[in-house]
Amino acid sequence: MKRLLSILLCFVSLSVFANEPANEPSEAEGFNPGEMILEHIGDSHEWHLATLGAGEHATHITLPLPIIAYQPGKGLNVFSGSQLAHGHSHNGLKLEEDKLVAEDGSKVYDFSITKNTASLLFSAALMLLVFTAVARGYQKNQGRAPKGLQSFFEPIIIFIRDEIAKKNIGPKYERYMPYLLTAFFFIWFNNLLGLMPGAANLSGNIAVTLVLAVLTLIITLASSNKNYWAHIFATPGVPKPLLPIMIVVEFLGIFTKPFSLMIRLFANITAGHIVVLSFISLVFIFKSWAVAPVTLAFGLFINILELLVAILQAFIFTLLTAMYIGGAVEEHHDADYQIGGGDGANQAHAHAH
Amino acid sequence: MPAFLNPELGLIFWQLVIFLLVLFLLAKFAWRPILLSLKEREDTIDNALRMADQAKIEMQQLKAGNEKLLADARHERDRMMQEATVMANQHREVEKARATEEANRIIVQAREAIQQEKNAALAEVKNTAAQLSLDIAERILRRELSDPAAQTQLVDSYLKDVKLN
Repeated sequence: MKRLLSILLCFVSLSVFANEPANEPSEAEGFNPGEMILEHIGDSHEWHLATLGAGEHATHITLPLPIIAYQPGKGLNVFSGSQLAHGHSHNGLKLEEDKLVAEDGSKVYDFSITKNTASLLFSAALMLLVFTAVARGYQKNQGRAPKGLQSFFEPIIIFIRDEIAKKNIGPKYERYMPYLLTAFFFIWFNNLLGLMPGAANLSGNIAVTLVLAVLTLIITLASSNKNYWAHIFATPGVPKPLLPIMIVVEFLGIFTKPFSLMIRLFANITAGHIVVLSFISLVFIFKSWAVAPVTLAFGLFINILELLVAILQAFIFTLLTAMYIGGAVEEHHDADYQIGGGDGANQAHAHAH
Repeated sequence: MPAFLNPELGLIFWQLVIFLLVLFLLAKFAWRPILLSLKEREDTIDNALRMADQAKIEMQQLKAGNEKLLADARHERDRMMQEATVMANQHREVEKARATEEANRIIVQAREAIQQEKNAALAEVKNTAAQLSLDIAERILRRELSDPAAQTQLVDSYLKDVKLN
């Protein structure tokens, strides 16, 4: 754990420096921190690593990414993103402010491997690699104490199983374990990867959190029992005249819960990136190395905080998902009347974050 | 609305496809074996703990049994010793009684023998005394029976004596 932390700390301090050269050209033509930050937290059709030199003679070191476009009537179009660099057009397609558009103005569905998609593929591969290695560890060390990677992830897996799944879902927790574990590690891994220098802001992208939240919603609805719907359309303990209002509130609750999941993860991660980048921008705003210590200190502090937020947000997302599922599969209990079922607790959590 | 608030269709598509693929692959090749192994190990530990508890209880039972056995043995030994003492005492009493009886019998026998010996001795003494008297009397008589009158007188006195006897 200690070694892992020190490695992560290395990346943290690296990212502070790594971001600096990339901003130099903008400095020449008047530095715009808002633009720079939005560019960093947004998606892109190329993976910009660094810029050498300044102004007209600047050399941009970028990783070209494949463009995959679908146009109704024209079919699928796949080519390298380098064809579109510097405003060039290819096959009637061009990039306008990093948005793929057709020159003739027709509709284009953009399925390109963007910076975020590439990062997504990388994290998926990393997760498969790491967790199949962990699984192999169990095969190899059968009947013995866990070792290496296995012993690092085992307490986390057990924590998710015992503290998140078992406590919130109850006896039917086992079938939800794969989703909870995958969601937790996907969010955690991508939060950490997002903190690396030059990395994509994947888990802070609203499309990603949207998909995760919708999956949680689908799983919740798919596993809901009679009791769950009774709770929504005939909330126990509510006077009859209030029921119409309660039904609307509870029904909206079905959607506001995953919506809050989507917004919370997106906002937390994106906000963290914005704060770190803002501190780095101070150097270019003041155009003085004198602010570097302040920038460095605060940037480092926020980055370390982000390490905490990375696992915290993964935990919160998984915990709330487990709570929503738990509320959907819960059998009827008298205790519901006292504590208001899972919903009340969930709502309280949602406000807390 | 800023661009970063606008979910892109392409990323939604890739996220859905890749996440579900990762979910499926990990569920099959990682989570299932991991969770199974964890459960197996926990069951093993549970069993081992239960068995240890059972063994402890058995040990205690065994120890209690041993103690009972030991106590029984001690009790038996005490009982046997007591019995032996009683028997020995009894035996001794009997032996003593027999010895006393034997001694008494021997004493009685001895007494009888002594009495007999005494009687015999007395008889012999009597005979000897009689013989002696006779011898003495004969000698005296031999000397004095020259006179016939005296002889007759003597016979008469003898006869008188004999009648008295």
